[in-house]
Amino acid sequence: MISTYYLQIIILAGINIIMATSLNLIVGYTGQLSIGHAAFMSLGAYASAIATLHLGFPFIAALLFGAVVAGLFGVLVGIPTLRLKGDYLAIATLGFGEIVRIIFLNLQITGGAVGLRGIPKQTTLLWVIAAAIFTLFVLRRILNSRVGRALIAIREDETAAESMGINTMYFKTLSFGVGAFFAGFGGGLFAHYFRYIHPNVFGFMRSIEHLCMVVLGGLGNMWGAMLGAVALTAIPELLRAGAEYRLLAYGAILVLMMRARPQGLLGESEQTGGSIRRKIRIFSRGADTLKKT
Amino acid sequence: MLTVEGISTYYGNIQALKEVELKVNEGEIVTLIGSNGAGKTTTLLTISGLLKPAQGKVTFLGRTITGVPPHNIVKMGISHVPEGRRIFPLMTLMENLEMGAFGRTDKRAIKEDLDMVFQTFPQLKGREKQMAGTLSGGEQQMLAMGRALMSRPKLLLLDEPSMGLAPMIVKEIFQIIEKINRQGTTILLVEQNAQMALKTAGKGYVLETGKIVLQDNASALLENDDVRKSYLGE
Repeated sequence: MISTYYLQIIILAGINIIMATSLNLIVGYTGQLSIGHAAFMSLGAYASAIATLHLGFPFIAALLFGAVVAGLFGVLVGIPTLRLKGDYLAIATLGFGEIVRIIFLNLQITGGAVGLRGIPKQTTLLWVIAAAIFTLFVLRRILNSRVGRALIAIREDETAAESMGINTMYFKTLSFGVGAFFAGFGGGLFAHYFRYIHPNVFGFMRSIEHLCMVVLGGLGNMWGAMLGAVALTAIPELLRAGAEYRLLAYGAILVLMMRARPQGLLGESEQTGGSIRRKIRIFSRGADTLKKT
Repeated sequence: MLTVEGISTYYGNIQALKEVELKVNEGEIVTLIGSNGAGKTTTLLTISGLLKPAQGKVTFLGRTITGVPPHNIVKMGISHVPEGRRIFPLMTLMENLEMGAFGRTDKRAIKEDLDMVFQTFPQLKGREKQMAGTLSGGEQQMLAMGRALMSRPKLLLLDEPSMGLAPMIVKEIFQIIEKINRQGTTILLVEQNAQMALKTAGKGYVLETGKIVLQDNASALLENDDVRKSYLGE
């Protein structure tokens, strides 16, 4: 069988696929720059861990509980902040991420600065695979429907979308809520695999990592987000031999990548569009760059 | 049909409209002309609810629509073709048209309207799957108008449909505007190309630094000395 080391990387890659694809819904498809995705992950992680530890929930119920809590917070945070645009939204989501982290650092029930220990190890490879497939299935259904088109219209031109009769606030909040829901779902899997969670695990850098996966893979392309998630989980491990220099190499790879393919690995630019992409559905279509956000 | 009563709209502290008054009757083509920055676009944005006026009110078919969110104004029957076309470049032509019918659920009527749009704009036919961003400027303008027609508007707001287009195509666009009007859609047309606009419209308003300074039949405005000097380059 697979060694525990490889198994851990594969499971982490699976969780990151959930994180990256759900963030892609918000950033890549709806065009709303969020850099607080890890906060929703932590909400899901803590809520599901508390559900299994203190409330005696079975695993699947705890996972869903964590996801729903994160999703609700997504909607609550989304309603005021999604009125902001671009950089302002990014800063607001960043601020939210820090607030969540600091609250968890100080609450009793979350174990404060000690972290939450003794979470039963219930996440298996099979669970992660099933969860990732479920996530992709739901996102695909959303994107290839009327809702998906509304989200892309908002990304492409919010004012035009509004004058088309799209209730932009509603759809932006929906996208944010669904993205947060799946982030919480991923967080639950994470908590029940590593058995120990600490607020700093879900800090700003984690959010940036998720964003890197999405941008590297290609904004607005779900296959790209998956590839980005796998690549950015594997690369630091492959570079482990380089010890403390590995983050340097990791950064260099990202920079070179953005120089060579700014639209991401699987993203396509507007110019190369047209006939080639005729048959590709929204699920695997790429946005041009981040210019709109 | 549409009455705009004393609207004043601000961008922050800057007043863009000063008690603008105008009226559009059913079946008409009304044009609003004026130079850059006169407030033409602001007027349209205020009517379609994308901007909120500080004072005044807009009534449409007897109902006050000031303060109504834009997506509901679309449902009431006002469709806005924004300045600079603003199609969705990374969506196909067909998806763009479908976006126009976003608030509607009557599939059969939507299909009928699609046929109607392709009839009005035969150039768009056969290119349903092309990415809208790869269309030419004139085609994008036609797509933007077609997209707006997909909500089955009673009143169509057109913001500078001639912008950046070759004279030949401008002519064609204006012929299409007349055709859409003959098919029963009332039109409020904002233009810098005063000549073309006044020839097409029945009634005209002249906007200057946020104020309506002149209003008359379009043919009379074409003969008006001030208009000729300021807007027709004579």
